[in-house]
Formats: sequence, structure tokens, C-alpha cells
Amino acid sequence: MFYYILRRLGQMVVMLLLISATTFAIFFAVPIDPARYTCGKNCTPTILEGNRKSLGYDQPVPVQYAKFVQGLATGRDFPDNAELRAAHPEQVVHCPAPCLGYSPLQSRTINEMVSEAWPVSISIALGAFVLWMLVGVSGGIIAALNRGKWPDRLVVGLGLIGYSLPTFFIGLILLTFVAIQWGVVPVPSFKPFLPNPFDWAINLILPWITLACIFAASYMRLTRAYMIETMSEDFIRTARAKGAGKWRVILRHGLRASLTPIVTAAGLDLGGLLGGAIITESVFSMHGLGFLAVNSVTTMDLPTIVAMVLIVATFVVMANLVVDILYGFIDPRVKVGA
Amino acid sequence: MSTTTPAPKRAAAPAPKVALDSFQRLSRSTGAEVKQGDVILEVRDLTVNFWVNDSWFTAAEGLDYDLKAGEVLAIVGESGSGKTQSSMSLIGLLPKNGRTTGSAKLKGTELVGMPQSELREIRGNEISVIFQEPMTALNPVYTVGFQIVETLRTHFLMNPSDAKVRAIELMRLVEIPDPEDSFNKFPHQLSGGQRQRIMIAQALACDPKLLIADEPTTALDVTVQAEILKLMRELRTRVNAGIILITHSMGVVADMADRIIVMKDGRVVEHGTAADVFYRPQHPYTKALLAAVPHLGETRIEDGRSDALVVKDREFLALEPADDPSVVPALLLENVDITYPKQGRRPAFRAAEGINLRLNPGEVMGLVGESGSGKTTIGRAAVALLPVSAGKITVCGIDITGANNQELKPFRRTVGMVFQDPGSSLNPRLPIGESIGEPILLHEGLKGEALSKRVEDLLDSVELPRSYRNRYPHELSGGQKQRIGVARALALNPKLLVADEPTSALDVSVQARVLKLFSNLQEQYGFACLFISHDLAVVEMVSSKIAVMTHGKLVEVGATSDIVTYPQHPYTQRLLSAVPVPDPDNQRRRRELRDAIIEREHIVS
Repeated sequence: MFYYILRRLGQMVVMLLLISATTFAIFFAVPIDPARYTCGKNCTPTILEGNRKSLGYDQPVPVQYAKFVQGLATGRDFPDNAELRAAHPEQVVHCPAPCLGYSPLQSRTINEMVSEAWPVSISIALGAFVLWMLVGVSGGIIAALNRGKWPDRLVVGLGLIGYSLPTFFIGLILLTFVAIQWGVVPVPSFKPFLPNPFDWAINLILPWITLACIFAASYMRLTRAYMIETMSEDFIRTARAKGAGKWRVILRHGLRASLTPIVTAAGLDLGGLLGGAIITESVFSMHGLGFLAVNSVTTMDLPTIVAMVLIVATFVVMANLVVDILYGFIDPRVKVGA
Repeated sequence: MSTTTPAPKRAAAPAPKVALDSFQRLSRSTGAEVKQGDVILEVRDLTVNFWVNDSWFTAAEGLDYDLKAGEVLAIVGESGSGKTQSSMSLIGLLPKNGRTTGSAKLKGTELVGMPQSELREIRGNEISVIFQEPMTALNPVYTVGFQIVETLRTHFLMNPSDAKVRAIELMRLVEIPDPEDSFNKFPHQLSGGQRQRIMIAQALACDPKLLIADEPTTALDVTVQAEILKLMRELRTRVNAGIILITHSMGVVADMADRIIVMKDGRVVEHGTAADVFYRPQHPYTKALLAAVPHLGETRIEDGRSDALVVKDREFLALEPADDPSVVPALLLENVDITYPKQGRRPAFRAAEGINLRLNPGEVMGLVGESGSGKTTIGRAAVALLPVSAGKITVCGIDITGANNQELKPFRRTVGMVFQDPGSSLNPRLPIGESIGEPILLHEGLKGEALSKRVEDLLDSVELPRSYRNRYPHELSGGQKQRIGVARALALNPKLLVADEPTSALDVSVQARVLKLFSNLQEQYGFACLFISHDLAVVEMVSSKIAVMTHGKLVEVGATSDIVTYPQHPYTQRLLSAVPVPDPDNQRRRRELRDAIIEREHIVS
């Protein structure tokens, strides 16, 4: 088990390096001049060349990538050029490991930007996750147990609606009516969890609902399908034959045995969301990782784009590993590491 | 197999030390203590209906019987006869569209119409069930110990440690090796026989008054089946419970039952003592059912040599004429090893080794063995569906060892294969006429009229109406589907046919008809056949020679009558003695003989 995790972590590092190299290659090898984008309207050749030099774009792409990787491992200092650092020691910015890079447009290290954005994204993702799992799984169970009757139709119908309404639509409707027109909750703006968790939650409730809608719908369908399958298994009949109560049969035997595919899907979805929920964050102007990603793309902030891809990829790959390890605990028939 | 470690002769295992009486019951108990001989269950006019397609379909009708403690009542019938549903109705475990009427009294308490909440207290407590196929009947995500403990703690106010002690005692009672260790194992980590023992332990957990055993040994190998039956026979005298044994196997019935109910299409056609039903059957269906069961070693019993399982010297068998070297054998295996290659981290597995087998043209050889013995592997290799890792396979003079697909194409028309499960080996989207005609189209390029003529001929020869060619597999019964499988295998008039458990998915009476058809076709077409089966009695009916396999090795090959009458290898003897025969007196003798064989082996080892 230990060696399995070690091996998987090793594979993960290799995979992330490949992903970052590919992104790097795409954004820096294309025939656009990254330095030009840092230079603004009143660009003169002198400023352009100065920027190019200070950002290290004057060097070959492989060297730039090597420095990027080195920065991830040991941290690095900006500006990139040693002469410039020596000439203007007061302007040197240190970026500690793992250094994701420096955004010339924001004049900040990307680490700083990310450390401001990630609490927002994690708050949104985790809250929505709890909400959609509760609603989705319980809805799925209710539907499965009443298959073909009205509660099933209701749940499946609601699921279809939740599934088909676009996230930005739900978000805008909630924002316009619940927050602005009726004033039930304040217009969402991110508050840190401490010192006032209630303030944190009330500000996030609308983004949570918005994000959870589509996921809850898909988890309802998933849970319903697996519960219907499991409840017709022989061991459910055995559990009933031993006199176990209705809810014990449904939860301890039925749900427990259908958990494997649900947990798999949940882990991967959550992993993807930790890298930022782009639409939800944009609708509610929450400055999370998704917002950061969109912003960096629209302004062609190349180092930030590379860093964002790496962050999202890391979360997804980590989620995969966690799900694979969880498998062994959820389903004893699966031998992790085999 | 687990038979190789026979249970040591022991005075009956100590009765559980954790007396249930010392714990407060959470579920109510119906009536007082039961003694051997008390009537515990009175069933009157029990009828089970299902609401199907807007009308009531009768699954079982008018059952009347009494059951005494310590008695075994067998309910026999083929699939769909209502034997399972009538028993499940006693504890309210019918599907939602089911309805029960009539009366069933457990120690005077009426079960029919009892609300689910009260029935729940009866289930697992007063009446418990041993289900078939314990792989699926035990929850795969919990340890077996947990599942026994769960039963106990559902009905008794017990703390987990007391329940564990009691569970381990129960596991010891059903002879699970190393119960303390097995307590924490998951179902998939136990063998089929051990899982069935866990199922029994769980059923016995709360000292039930009535035990319903639904096909308790159907999914098991014969030797394991014999052990489970032995265990159940020992238990019936030790627990004061009545047992309802639901089965389709007349052999199992002969081994266990005191009284027998024979059901057909939801009705009881015969009800009597075991001796009455077996020796003086009244109803034509019972007679037909008994006649349809293949009797192992029938000839031997008629010879009055039923005790012939004793090892006899078979020297005279060496006089058997040696195989004529001028005859090209239909199938020749020389020192064949078959290995499943290593996959990722799973190591390579040698499924068969050192196999030498010769099958002459027109001969039917039965290949028997228990699950995992490698018999199917041999069958697949013989038709070049699996590569061999060493040795040589020759079919009708053609060496197929190491041939590639291109080279095998002409070979493939000389062999046919009938698969085990007729349901899944026919393409559900093809009309059966196309399934049969496909090999002809592929190899002979026949089309249109000529093809349809051939398909119709084949349907005739397997005794199915020609109009069936346009039907789809799901419109046919199991027996009909297997006939199609046979027709497809015979489409190219093969010289060698490999039949892999062709009848094991069928009911006895259907099996008898398919086997008869098979024998006729064999005479008519004259193909050589490797008939793979776990059922010795079936093999005995169709084959002239028998080869016995265990653990990937061939242990004995010989003429059918010799193998059945004078088995030489200890494994063959054990296998033969484990097959229950549908004859109570004879079965009792065989059982005693089997115990003697195991005893002897145990002393020797």
C-alpha cells in the first residue's frame, strides 16, 4: 500500500511535468510576442526590450521552462535577469518554492494571487459539494425506493430541470431576485470563514445553490440507477430475511454497496472544482481561482495561464489518487496496488 | 478442493456456550420452546399470486402441509414451479406485486396477513433462510463475522463482544476452519463451500424454529455439496428446527428428506414420505421427473454391485486393446501445458499441465472435474481458442499448435463448440436462423436459397420447427436455445465437437431431452465429441470414455463403465461417492461408504 502510494505520487509528478511542459510549449512557442503583451499602449522598442530582458523572454523556450521548473522546486527571484537584479536590488521580488511565476500585468507573483483566490474557490467548492451530495443522494434514494410512483417522477423531473438550466442562468436568477430584489440574503461577496462563519455562509449560499444544482441533478440520477440495481441484489433479500429493519436494509446494505461509483464520481468532480468554478465565480464576482483563470486568459497573462493549468491539473490528478485509494476501503473486493 | 482436508472425526462440536437465553430479546417470540416432534408449521391452502400485466398470475396454489421439529420436508420442482415463492410467502419476502392467501401458522401464530413490522421480528429469529449462491447472497462489503453479528444484534440485546463470541461459536459449529481468523474475512476471500457454511451459521444464529433452505447446494461442486449436506444432516438432529428444503435435485432430496412435496406449475402433484415418492410414485409427472434424472452407475446397481466403490484391482483393464495407430485420432493432446500469461502484476497461472489425451473418430469422451480443474481450458485449447504453452495438439491429423488465425481458418470448420450458457452465447440481435447460418456463410459462402435450405435442415435435425428461424433468442426457452447452440455447432458437419457443460443451465426434464437429442445426432453425424461436464451422471449417459481432471492434471482416463464401477484414483473415488443418487436407500449406503473412504484417507495421510 505504502509503495503503491509512493509509485502513484511518482507517476503524478511525471504527469504534471508533462502537462506543464505542453502548456508552456503552446503558450510560449506560438508566434506571438509575450513581451508585447506586457508593454501596454504607449510601447517603445526600449521598454519592450527592457521587459523582454527582465522577464527572461530573451532566452530560448527550453531554458525558460527549466527555470520555471527550478522555481517550482526551489523558488526564484524576479526580475529574471541577474544583471537587472544586481542593478536594482530594491525592485527584486522573491517568489518562494513552489514558485508558480510572476505576472508582469499584475506586477505580483502568481503565488500571491493564488493564495488570495484559493480560499474563495475552496469555500465555494466544498459548500456546494456538501449540498449536492445531501440533496442528490437522498433524492436518488427516494426515487429508487418509489420507482415509477410520483416521488420518483418528481425527483427525476426536478433533476431534468436542474440538469438542463445553465449555471449562469440559475446564478443570475438567484442573484437578481433572492439577493437584490427580495434582499433575503446580502449580495454575495466573499468573507473569510473566521471570525464570523455565519457571515461566510450567508454570503456563499447563493453560489453554493447555483453550483450544486447541476451536480445534484446528476447525482440523483446516478444514485437512483445504482440503488435500483443494488436493491434487487440477493444480499438485500438476505438482509431482509435476517430481520433487519427497513432503513437498515436501505442504508447499511443498499446504499453502502452502491457507494463505490458514487464516491468515484464525487471525488473526481470535487477535484475538478477545487481548481475553480469558472461560471459561478464569474456570475457572483467571487475572485476565486476560476475568476483568476478567466482574467488571465482575457488579458493574455501567459505566466498565469500556465500556472492555472498546472493547479487545476494537480487537483484532478490528486483527486484520482485519493479516489483510487478510497476504493480499497469502500469495496473490499478491490485490491489497491494490485 | 476442500475435500482434501476432511474434517477430523470428532464427537459433535460443543454446543454454543453463549446461551441466547441470557440475553434480552428485542423481537418477540412466538409460543413456547419447541421439542423434537412438535408440529411447528401448519400450512393450509396457501396460495401465492403475482399481479402481472393487469391480472393475477398464480405462482403456487393450495399448499397443505404440516412440519414437525427435526423433520426435513423437501419441496421439489423445476424452475417456475412455485417452490421458492410459496416458501418466501411464509416470511413476507415476496416481490412487491405478490399476494399471499390461505393460512400458515407457526406454533399457532398466523403468518399470512401479519404486518411487515411483526414479520420482521420473526425473520431471522423464528424463521431463517439459507439462500443459494452465497457469493451474491452475502453482502460483499461487510465481513462475514459482521453479517452473523448483525443477525444476532437485530433480535437480541447483545453487546458486540458477546455477539462476536457467539458468532465464532456458530462458525465453529458449521466447521469453518480457524473461525477467529475467518470472522474478519470478506465473502470473496472464502471458498464457495465456506460461504455456504457462513450462510448456514447466520441462519442458525438465533436458534430458529423453522429453517428454509433454498437450493442450498446448487452452486457448489459435488464434493463440496456432499460436505454441506453432511453438515446439514448433522445439524438437523442438534437444532430443534423443522427444515424446508427447496431443490430441483432429486439426489439431494434422496439424501436429506423425510417427506417430499412435488410441485409442477404452482400445484402440488405429489405429497408423501421419501420412500413413497421415490419407490411408489403415483403422479405421472413424478414418474417422469424420476425417470429424467440421470442415475449414476445404474448398471452397477442392477448388477447388485452397488458396494463396488471399494478399490478393486483393475489389472484386467490393461488388456484393453491398444489404440490402432493407423486410425488418425480426432483429437490428440501430447504433453500439453496451458498457461494463462501474467497480466500486469497478476502472476502467470498454469491451468493445465502434462495432458495426454486421445479421442478417436466417432467417440464421445466425457471430461469431468470440479470448478477450476482446467476442464474448460482443455476444451478451449482443443478448438484453438487458447494457445498452448508446451506440447502438441493435433485435430484430425492437423497440428494446430502455434498456428496463426490465417492458418486456422480451414481448421475451424472441422470443429464445433457448444457453450454452457445458451442465453448469452447467442447474439440477442440476430434471428436464430442467421446465428445458425453464419458459419455456413463464412466457410462455404452459401447464400439465399441454398443457405436457407441448410438452416432448415439443421432446425429439423435438432427437432425445432422451421418457422423458428425468424425468431430471436429471447423468444425461446432455455432448452430450445441450447438446441440452437447444437445446430450452430453442427452447421459445418464438424469432425470434432467440444460441448462445454451444454446442459448444466437446464432443468432435469429438459436436460434429459437435450441429451437424448445429442446422442441421436452423434449417431447420425458420427462426430467425435469432448463432452465437458461437472455432472458424472450426465457424462455417463452420453460418453463411452471418461477422463477425470483435478487441479489441472488428468488423473484417470478409461472406459465409462470402468471409471464408474472401478475407479482407481482416490480423487475419482471421492468424486463418485459425492454424487447423490436419487434413491434414498442406495444414497444412504453410498453416504456411509463415502464417510468410510474419507475416514480411510484421513488415516492414511
